[in-house]
Amino acid sequence: MSQTASARPAAGYTTDEMMSVAAARALRDGTSCFVGIGLPSTAANLARRTHAPNLVLIYESGCLGAKPDRLPLSIGDGVLADTADAVIGVPEVFNYWLQPGRIDVGFLSAAQLDRFGNINTTVIGDDYADPTVRLPGAGGAPEIAASCREVFVVVRQSRRSFVERVDFVTSVGHGRGPGDRERLGLPGAGPVLVITDLGVLRPDPHTRELVLTDVHPGVEVDAVRAATGWDLTVADDLGRTPEPTERELTALRALTAASA
Amino acid sequence: MARILSLADAVGEVVHDGDTVALEGFTHLIPFAAGHEIIRQGRRDLTLVRMTPDLIYDQLIGAGCARKLVFSWGGNPGVGSLHRFRDAVQNGWPVPLEIEEHSHAGMANRYVAGASGLPFAVLRGYTGTDLPAHNPNIKQITCPFTGETLTAVPALNPDTTIVHAQQADPAGNVQVWGITGVHKEAVLAAKRSLVTVEEIVDELRPRPGAMVLPGWAVTVVAEAPRGAHPSYAQGYYDRDNDYYQAWDAIGRDRDAFRDWLTETVFNNTATAGGGTR
Repeated sequence: MSQTASARPAAGYTTDEMMSVAAARALRDGTSCFVGIGLPSTAANLARRTHAPNLVLIYESGCLGAKPDRLPLSIGDGVLADTADAVIGVPEVFNYWLQPGRIDVGFLSAAQLDRFGNINTTVIGDDYADPTVRLPGAGGAPEIAASCREVFVVVRQSRRSFVERVDFVTSVGHGRGPGDRERLGLPGAGPVLVITDLGVLRPDPHTRELVLTDVHPGVEVDAVRAATGWDLTVADDLGRTPEPTERELTALRALTAASA
Repeated sequence: MARILSLADAVGEVVHDGDTVALEGFTHLIPFAAGHEIIRQGRRDLTLVRMTPDLIYDQLIGAGCARKLVFSWGGNPGVGSLHRFRDAVQNGWPVPLEIEEHSHAGMANRYVAGASGLPFAVLRGYTGTDLPAHNPNIKQITCPFTGETLTAVPALNPDTTIVHAQQADPAGNVQVWGITGVHKEAVLAAKRSLVTVEEIVDELRPRPGAMVLPGWAVTVVAEAPRGAHPSYAQGYYDRDNDYYQAWDAIGRDRDAFRDWLTETVFNNTATAGGGTR
């Protein structure tokens, strides 16, 4: 497989497809994943269709072990209930399954993400009472980010979305740095992986700041810096994401086509 | 035993100006027909409660029925924003809208406390977020046994909860299957309840995984075929995804919204659901 670093148009696949494939690869077979709708749901369903057929998908609508044959259009799509191991009430999802730490990975997206992996899906602007943009709000995310063993975030990278500090902390990542999650008593490890359309970021083990650890094929580091609203640190051993395989692309396109 | 009324009579009995009203249904079984009847009856100053205010609350807010919204996620799932909601929050149109914002875990637990007859619920939640700073109904509490700091949220006890379900029998026993969300908790937490159903059958046939709300726990039942449209009713009809897409353009524009209200809600007194596009 080609691993050249030369800038070239993404021949044969889009940057969004690369992002979904990279995000899917991060999910391990046999683990459980609390799935947010949108980009995370696409990636989680792709993982089930490729290397992780035994990935347990959990949707906040109460569907445990959903096995949809097309991408659900909402977290309460009927195909999730039809194919689930169990359908339970919403209080039970949060109280019995999420809160005690039974779920391996929380898979979230974000409108804004900051250098410590904190997530904003509430308001853009400094004034909560008079926002520049009113976003949908928290949904299940604050407790998913707190209580899953690990959190993966999948989000398109731009200066608008990748900011020094989020305007509103909807879901806590690594707070303001080392020790914050422990001080707050948040049981899970928080965001350990951020997958974008440009590359992959991981928190530095000491500073907890998100560091660029991989770039996708054809993406230059300068382009990632230009799409980041803070002074981005790049890992010494920067990796390059392998291109999507035919099998991955075929499975992804079959999923999205079945949902169209 | 629940009384069986027409949709108009049922809504007229259980929803009054100034009430706190929860219309629930987690993507599935959203009581659109009842919501439209509330608009037709011209209710005002409602405190609307719902975990996921989507199109139904965009419509009620745009029609000027609400003065406050209590919620945890407000959007058009898979499409984008709720423009009537945003217009009310940002511009006070057609009337100002106060908001009280939670997480799903917080809202679900508020209903559980309400259904349980307790004053508040305890959870591990909201910790470190900016939500408590903007919502006095999220407070810290210390566990009297372990000393752990936890979060408390007050019980939700709506004046009225309205949900949609598949079937009821003549005694008002209700059977719901598929995704049941917070149907049970929201009904049991409320002072009064209305369940709209796809059909009233002579006898409920037990179904695997179905939930039954006994008729004596429900105030009124009304038959409303397709009453959850454009959401779905498992076993009856699928979600009308095109409606959700089309709503984006209608909700975005005040005039288009007014036209929609006139054509679809006020000129349609049938008990059918969300109407046609």
